[in-house]
Amino acid sequence: MADEKCNVVEFKVQGQICQGTLGESLLSALRRHGFEVPSLCFHEAVSSYGACRLCLVEVKKGRRSKLTTSCNYPVQEGLEVQLDTDEVVRHRRIVLQLLLAAAPAAKAVRDLAARYGIEETPFVPRPEEDCIQCGLCIRICEAVGVNALGFAGRGVSKHATTPYEETSAACVGCGACADVCPTGCVKVVDADGFRTIERWHLKVPLTLCKTCGRGFAPEVHLTRMAGQAKLEIAHLANCPKCRGRAFAAEFRLP
Amino acid sequence: METRFHSVADLEAYRRQLQAVRGPDRKIVSVCAGTGCRACGARGLAEVFREEIAKSNLEVELRVTGCQGFCERSPVVVVQPQSIFYQRVKAIDVPEILTETVEKGTAIQRLLYTDSDGRTYEREQDVPFYRHQTRSLLAFNGQIDPDSIDDYIAVGGYAALGKVLQERKPEEIVDLILRSGLRGRGGGGFPAGVKWQSCRKAHAADGIRYILCNGDEGDPGAFMDCALMEGNPHLVLEGMILGAFAIGFPGQPKGYIYVRNEYPLAVERLTRAIEQARRCGLLGKGILGTELDFDILINKGGGAFVCGESTALMASIEGFVGEPRAKHIHTAEQGLFDKPTNLNNVETWANVPLIISRGLEWFTSIGTGDVSKDPWGGSKGTKIFALVGKVNNTGLVEVPMGSTLRHIIWDVGGGPPPGKKFKAVQTGGPSGGCLPESLLDLPVDFDRLTEAGSMMGSGGMIVMDESTCMVDLARYFLHFLADESCGKCVSCREGLAQLCAIVDRICKGEGREGDLELLKDLSTTVQTASLCGLGQTAANPLLSTMRYFEEEYISHIHEHRCSAKVCKTLIRYVIDDSCDGCMACNAQCGTKAIQGGKKARHTIDDSLCTRCGVCMDVCKRNAIHVES
Repeated sequence: MADEKCNVVEFKVQGQICQGTLGESLLSALRRHGFEVPSLCFHEAVSSYGACRLCLVEVKKGRRSKLTTSCNYPVQEGLEVQLDTDEVVRHRRIVLQLLLAAAPAAKAVRDLAARYGIEETPFVPRPEEDCIQCGLCIRICEAVGVNALGFAGRGVSKHATTPYEETSAACVGCGACADVCPTGCVKVVDADGFRTIERWHLKVPLTLCKTCGRGFAPEVHLTRMAGQAKLEIAHLANCPKCRGRAFAAEFRLP
Repeated sequence: METRFHSVADLEAYRRQLQAVRGPDRKIVSVCAGTGCRACGARGLAEVFREEIAKSNLEVELRVTGCQGFCERSPVVVVQPQSIFYQRVKAIDVPEILTETVEKGTAIQRLLYTDSDGRTYEREQDVPFYRHQTRSLLAFNGQIDPDSIDDYIAVGGYAALGKVLQERKPEEIVDLILRSGLRGRGGGGFPAGVKWQSCRKAHAADGIRYILCNGDEGDPGAFMDCALMEGNPHLVLEGMILGAFAIGFPGQPKGYIYVRNEYPLAVERLTRAIEQARRCGLLGKGILGTELDFDILINKGGGAFVCGESTALMASIEGFVGEPRAKHIHTAEQGLFDKPTNLNNVETWANVPLIISRGLEWFTSIGTGDVSKDPWGGSKGTKIFALVGKVNNTGLVEVPMGSTLRHIIWDVGGGPPPGKKFKAVQTGGPSGGCLPESLLDLPVDFDRLTEAGSMMGSGGMIVMDESTCMVDLARYFLHFLADESCGKCVSCREGLAQLCAIVDRICKGEGREGDLELLKDLSTTVQTASLCGLGQTAANPLLSTMRYFEEEYISHIHEHRCSAKVCKTLIRYVIDDSCDGCMACNAQCGTKAIQGGKKARHTIDDSLCTRCGVCMDVCKRNAIHVES
């Protein structure tokens, strides 16, 4: 308890006193206090990366102030944070215009731009593109412990992909990448007894639920989970819905 | 002959022994075999010297050295003890050099350096290129065979280390470097002492501190660090061992040198030097019989420019993609493998033994400002520049900090080639800026260059004449950086790509009203919103050319003219009346764009012409011109 207390730090946001934990992401702390800061590449479940540059804020520490992304800035005692200074707004507008040109096919990007008053971009667009290379898919895959994804190339050729752009032997098709993807560019399709993630060149058979017969999860994924949880694979033979119903049935009075 | 030194006294005794046989009157033929001279046949030349010396009865030592600096006149040879300097030497000249110069001591006129006024210079130190320099780091390159630790020890090598291990405490060395005002030669100009101090003070749970050397010299046209690693590897090693003692002793300092993949010779020379130092007891356990344990490993880069950035470099050593990360926690506290880490550039490390052996007063007497109270207060010591481009004497130039651009380009560099007019100089590599003629008297130090919108960078210096289009130049550097951006930050990845697109458009004559404002706005965002030094400085060439050569941008955009006659879409080739119809151009033109029969004046069909310029090269009457 005492330790936890030591780790609590106070800082100011637009003059308002806020609390955070030492080293915590400034963006997390700001959002917890109800401040609106845009971002696309941040997710509480994984480490900050600082790719989209949207969460820019002005941070004053001692006498020096600077513009920084808040997602990878650690909260410290005595910081003074300004959110929407003229400079922040100016640069954020241009970053949004760049994103709008980089991935105009992503609705999330268009919506966010519109929210900040940007409908058009002065830059050359890549019309079909819907990925902003935020790397969330890669980071979640690492957090899941699979590490099937990574970046290849650099500059504008940089892109999230599987090794050698081929089907990854490590990928279990869990779909966590699609869950965290801010633009929805990673698509998981379950059909005809298979799970397909075209972006990662993946097509794996689904296990059919013992009760309802619906394909609900890739076989490789269930095998991996059973191994991690030290369970017999038979425990994972039902889909989550049927498993819930079966569990509820145990509590039903005769 | 390599012996293991069990104490500083051993080393000093060995040095005296070496120096006793190496008197000042010893005859030496020193052949430069740096990268430039090698390209001009220096290795074959050295072989011929070896054979001819073997055949003769001469008492002369052949010394094949690293880069001696005067690359324009490759291959160069210096004959000692008279210091007679020969340039553009060929194998055929070797017997004559041996009989005339080595044996009789007379100079061969045709091999001497002659300046543009026709004056000939005999001794190396009188040649203007060398006379106007202050060579303290590079001075050894001509005296040392990089593969011989004996050569290094004979000129006083490892004496600084011996002195420090015997007489000084680590804190004193950190303090000395702090007070010397030595600032990082890799580009940032951060005071080395401040860095050393924070790394020494940082908490290291297991005592491990990393001492790193950045040899990832990627700027186009820069080869300062290359010349040091290839020409005097032990100087770099000695600097790092001193750093290991100052920063990591007592404890477990560990060293890495990160060398770019494109420098195989540097890797080879450093590897050999490290092996020698280990055998001599200068690296490894119990250095010179003291408690200091320190070893150095070499890490080869994979070819990414961005790996010269400190955090990307560390990621690369760890085996990850070379991508910079935020430095809100300094690498001095948590760097390589999350341990306290001190990274300095090759040239910075090379300065350390000299500061220690020659003293604080010597070092602070060179350069600008006052660093006695504030290490940021000035720029001390010398700086090596790679002087290239449209200048008479290209090569490596070492001058005191604060020398003017004019001094470097004219006194040392001999000015632009005959008939050419100076236009601008690009300092600091792709992240630096272009400075015009009006700033030639600017003293070159870290702070003045930054104020002028350029930067010291690692020391690249590209001289340009009126045949360089400044918009095209900005375009070149922008494309270089857009390709080398790691692609992490949207502002850098997309921002640079869009800057390229706009400037490409301008060069094609498709510039629009408002382009200049758009370029300025986007550049500022690329600078401000990007994470690492690459993005933060990437717009410098663009912004500095827009600041000093705005009229060129305006004429490209509004008049569709390229005054330097470079941008292909904005120029055309024309043939004037002096054409005698010799058909030489006609025969060479790859696209059959030239019409006109024998003895009839030729004309160029603009729609077929690719602006390759071959016609102009082959025309004997100079009848072909470029118009814009």
